[in-house]
Amino acid sequence: MTQAQGAVLVDKASSGPGGQWFLAVAAVLFTIGMVGLLLRRNVIVMFMCVELMLNAVNLTFVTFAKMLNDIGGQVVVFFILVVAAAEVVVGLGIIVSIFRRRKIGTTADSAVLLKG
Amino acid sequence: MVDWIVFVAGTLIALSGAIGVVTLRNPVHAALSLVLTLFGVAVLFVAQAAHFLAVVQVIVYAGAVVVLFLFVIMLLGVDRDEANIGVEPLRAQRPAAAVIGVAAAGLLLALSRVSFTTGAPSTAGAADGPGTNVEKIADSVFTRYVYAFEITSVLLVIAVVGAVLLARKPKPLTDEVAA
Repeated sequence: MTQAQGAVLVDKASSGPGGQWFLAVAAVLFTIGMVGLLLRRNVIVMFMCVELMLNAVNLTFVTFAKMLNDIGGQVVVFFILVVAAAEVVVGLGIIVSIFRRRKIGTTADSAVLLKG
Repeated sequence: MVDWIVFVAGTLIALSGAIGVVTLRNPVHAALSLVLTLFGVAVLFVAQAAHFLAVVQVIVYAGAVVVLFLFVIMLLGVDRDEANIGVEPLRAQRPAAAVIGVAAAGLLLALSRVSFTTGAPSTAGAADGPGTNVEKIADSVFTRYVYAFEITSVLLVIAVVGAVLLARKPKPLTDEVAA
């Protein structure tokens, strides 16, 4: 590492937008996903909002990989992509198995079977 | 200047798609908005020299995952507008969600202006320098993170088996046969 300590967060390319801009975009994206998760009641759309939040976090990792000049951030995003794919497969499998055996809507309010 | 144009374009694509996912009533339209967001994030990846991840993002997310979403939407037959989108089953859910959203946005934006780094050098390797982006990621994945890489393959096998078990047609006597 030839980089001077303490100057890690200074962007080398001064012409483009700095890392803080990308972090701000990721923050807004995460918030939109979170509000959507709280507002929507269709289970599939709620799941899409989870994907939005995951993508915001991925964008944060890539931004820090650039700011800190560390390829590890991008490798982490690679693993997150794999885990997210597995999560989507299992999650959609659960949604299908819940809503196929009972002829009801796909809102989260319909899944009250476990309510005490 | 070009960097700024790419950044603003990617941001507009990603954020408008995200707002579409949250606001559109038809789940199919929401899924297509999700494609827009994923593509915008891929543009932002390219703007930060993460070329491999941008390609994977478009192929895996915008391709496979969204197709899976659309497949499930069609399988469950919910590809029409939600009639009860205005109903509020929990009292004051929306104001509470708005308050939490504003608070979270403020907190995250504040955090994005502060940095907590120690200044320690990276252990996984530099992101710039000679070599392509793919070579550097491959170097890291197949040396330093090779155990994690192998474990993800186990995870994928488990996920496939679990999905098959979950989505199997239920036994006729447990409930009314759906299909």
